[in-house]
Amino acid sequence: MTASDRPADRRPGRTPSIVACPDGPILVRGDVTITDDTGQPIPRRRSTVALCRCGASAIKPYCDGTHKAIGFTAP
Amino acid sequence: MTEVLSTPLDGAAGAGELAPLTRRVLAHSVDLLSDEDVQLTLYVMYELFYRGFEGVDDDWEWAPEVLGARRLIESALEQHLSERVDVPEEIAPERGAVAEALFALTAPSPGPSVARYVAKRASQEQLRELLVQRSVYQLKEADPHTWAIPRLVGRPKSALVEIQADEYGGGDPERMHCELFARTMRGAALDAEYGAYIEQVPAVTLAGVNVMSLFGLHRRWRGATAGHLAAFEMTSSLPNRLYGDGFRRHGFDQGTTEYFDEHVEADAVHEQIAGRDLAGALVQQEPELLHDVLFGAATCLYLDEVVGEHLLTAWDAGVSSLRTA
Repeated sequence: MTASDRPADRRPGRTPSIVACPDGPILVRGDVTITDDTGQPIPRRRSTVALCRCGASAIKPYCDGTHKAIGFTAP
Repeated sequence: MTEVLSTPLDGAAGAGELAPLTRRVLAHSVDLLSDEDVQLTLYVMYELFYRGFEGVDDDWEWAPEVLGARRLIESALEQHLSERVDVPEEIAPERGAVAEALFALTAPSPGPSVARYVAKRASQEQLRELLVQRSVYQLKEADPHTWAIPRLVGRPKSALVEIQADEYGGGDPERMHCELFARTMRGAALDAEYGAYIEQVPAVTLAGVNVMSLFGLHRRWRGATAGHLAAFEMTSSLPNRLYGDGFRRHGFDQGTTEYFDEHVEADAVHEQIAGRDLAGALVQQEPELLHDVLFGAATCLYLDEVVGEHLLTAWDAGVSSLRTA
């Protein structure tokens, strides 16, 4: 099953929103396609995703909470 | 307790004895959290509100005799926790300050932990024990906190719904976290049927789930539910990576470790929402809930520590962490 087959993704697109969390990831909601630098879509398994901002996540581009272990502070 | 519930509600003999019996058991209890009789009784009383039991009359759910006895245990448990759980003080009742306090409270710490033990040392048998221990909650993952949804309004409500929708698979039954956990259990050759291992699970593990139900079923504890969920999510991503590593170390396949991998990613999202938009925004809305929110979070950590200590003590001694009697 691909991400686009999932029931949650068949809803009409929600206006995208981006939230920069204090000393944490970037939350992305809404109708946004996340791709790698060649334009290939990166699987998105949930309607709200957290993008890594500290650079240390092991599941980039997504956040895995590592920013807390390394004491990341957002500029 | 179980004897009383096995009879139909109509004309059940013994129901009136529940309260005096409960009083006697509580009076003799040395440590509520590790008291098998107390925690199993409370678990059974709460389970009537989730899925009930085969052969048990559904009308027991709201039977005044059961609710009266339950109240006695709940009061004792609330007192036990309030005497032992350290709640952060002098936090401003504002969204950002509350989120910051919750992240500080749950900050990763070095030293022994169940997750590190699992990643590096646990045997296959200990991995199975971990799943059995966790199955009491994880096969109904998210359910206790969901009780709070109708008790919230505005931003905290939509935040809780956003988290819970993801917990329940975003509309895909295969992606429900309880279903992913069942798959992990089956991958480890365990019985994934709801309640299959209840009698093998020690009191401290039941206590962890009972406290979630206590918070979830009472509107007056909505703040504690929000705080509990925030702390739960904030202490999930990094340990789940290590749990997955432990199972990978023993050669379990991706279907079996998917539950943990999913939580690494999902809970890094949920902790942000739970900290600010659920717990923080709730305190902003209802400042008098500040203490309850922090108490809920600190209680989550306290119980996690008690269970962790139980597991590591058993495993370090080379014995099972499950009930052997």
